[in-house]
Amino acid sequence: MQLTKEALLGMYRRMVRIRLFEVSLPHYFEEGYIAGTGHVSMGEEAVAVGACSALDENDYIMSTHRAHGHVLARGASMPVILAEVFGKATGCTGGKGGSMHVSDFDRNFLGTSAIVGGGITIAGGIGLAIKMKKTNQVCLDFFGDGASTRGTFHEGLNLAALWKVPTVFLCINNQYAMTLPLGKGCANIDISARAVAYDMPGQRVDGTDVIAVYEAVKSAVERARKGEGPSLIECVTYRLSPEHSLRVGTVAGTEYRPEGEVEEWWEKHDPIKIFKQNLKELGYLADELADKIEAEAKKELDEAVDFALKSPEPGPESAFEGIYAQEGGR
Amino acid sequence: MAQHQITYREAIAEAIKEEMARDDRVFLMGEDLGRFGGTFGTTRGLLREFGEERVRDTPISETALIGFGLGAALIGMRPIVEIMRIDWMAICMDEIANHVAKMRYLSAGRPEVAMVIKTNAEGGLGLGAQHSQSFEAWLVHVPGLKVVMPSNPYDGKGLLKAAIRDPNPVIFIEPVTLLSISGAVPTKDYVVPLGKADIKREGTDATIVAWGTLLPKALNAAQTLADEGIEVEVVDPRSLWPLDIETIITSVKKTGRLVVAHQAMKRCGVGAEIVALVQEQAFDHLDAPIQRVATPDVIIPVNRNLERTVLPQEEQIVAAVKSIS
Repeated sequence: MQLTKEALLGMYRRMVRIRLFEVSLPHYFEEGYIAGTGHVSMGEEAVAVGACSALDENDYIMSTHRAHGHVLARGASMPVILAEVFGKATGCTGGKGGSMHVSDFDRNFLGTSAIVGGGITIAGGIGLAIKMKKTNQVCLDFFGDGASTRGTFHEGLNLAALWKVPTVFLCINNQYAMTLPLGKGCANIDISARAVAYDMPGQRVDGTDVIAVYEAVKSAVERARKGEGPSLIECVTYRLSPEHSLRVGTVAGTEYRPEGEVEEWWEKHDPIKIFKQNLKELGYLADELADKIEAEAKKELDEAVDFALKSPEPGPESAFEGIYAQEGGR
Repeated sequence: MAQHQITYREAIAEAIKEEMARDDRVFLMGEDLGRFGGTFGTTRGLLREFGEERVRDTPISETALIGFGLGAALIGMRPIVEIMRIDWMAICMDEIANHVAKMRYLSAGRPEVAMVIKTNAEGGLGLGAQHSQSFEAWLVHVPGLKVVMPSNPYDGKGLLKAAIRDPNPVIFIEPVTLLSISGAVPTKDYVVPLGKADIKREGTDATIVAWGTLLPKALNAAQTLADEGIEVEVVDPRSLWPLDIETIITSVKKTGRLVVAHQAMKRCGVGAEIVALVQEQAFDHLDAPIQRVATPDVIIPVNRNLERTVLPQEEQIVAAVKSIS
């Protein structure tokens, strides 16, 4: 399970790419390039990269409305994902899904649900089909702490455990369900403890520690692949973005968080800062290399922005396409 | 063609059995449908035939049932999920309307969601407010779904087989009061295509469009009216979406009069859509205002007399036709 220097640097690189992508979006939103809304994931990069690094190429992923980081961590094309966020024809759904519906079917990233908690049962069903088809794959399901109070969480985890399907349920506990703090929404704030009720392993890990996330997911994936069933992993981190979503016409609505909390997390618990420091201490990341990684990510983002801006708008006829599949099944 | 007489519930089980034998991607899951054979007996014998892997008894978890079905469909399985009563689709309407119906559109048309959600609807058995409703209009209202509601064993079996083979999510609704009726069903493989209406009785003086429990009532009404010299054409849409409006329009152009009869609530029922389409497309061919026979603005009571009072009956269809003849 020991990660090589190369693997660790690869993970760092992916975290930096996701961070740059996400922090760039509020600007483009304010400039009007992003319709409706969008959800950025600063503070959750270690979860995205740690978890996706623990999967095989042909494993499946199901995610949420806040999934840019997940799909990029899976290796999706940054230009294609940004084009989707910008609603362009070249985006992964041709601009029809937008920020909340990123996917990459070539990498078995089967999309998202923008209904909080909506993906949990779907991920269970992907696990069921894997089991019935005996393909030895695994499905990883990202969802948030807010989803843990939905009925889908209970029904989905119970049925997945009952049928021992190879699905890893990964709760990104960023401590706020929209604006509601965890303790105001969950009677027991230890979400992982609920695994006991479903007779599956539950583990709570530091979601700002990419290696801790990787190791927890890796062992849950191995267990699932051996046919021993699902696991629940809770990754505790923090939503570093000032607001829960990109919004029109609201002033920075951050009063719901205690004063100084956001700043403290940026200062002490920024997953990228922490990982950078660890890599430096290991002697893997000299300042020069760190600068180079950032410059490369910046260049990739610039190219993605260029691609997205220059991409055509979808033709009006495309709004009516893709609703029904044509006849002709086996 | 060789045929045998079987009940509607047997026709359902036969359709599933044949399709599961034909395609190993097809499997069945739902509450009390394996060991027990289904609350209304439509899955009897299937567990013995195919085993627990492909005939899955589930806990009472409608939300998980639809979500699991969708997930399985996304990677190439062809699940049939049973929701025991259409009333309980309210529990999993998020999964059906927001997920099953939209996943393909939100994925640039990449996955096929080849999934059948099978349920039964309508009242008449004294099962009361939460076990007697007809929510077909809720489902027809959602783009991305197909909705069928066949009214006899032949149509039931043929449409269920077509639904299972269709690459889209199809809601298959059994009219609960008709499950015990018998009819002739071919022993050889056949399908009834989705989106094709059937003229159940030909006539020249008025058209009745009816489905579900109201279809046999409409046929009885047509006989009563024929005895009085009014020849009625009875059209069964069978599929409510896609809707074969052409067959309805052709009939209305012939008869000039239309009555739409269904057991679902009159207000915003599928009948209202049919009325709107007919006036848009055949206004000049109408000789009288279109009439609707349906359940009024009421909750369905258990007491037999009260239930019969609120649910539309044959005599109301007769009266509706006479009122415009």
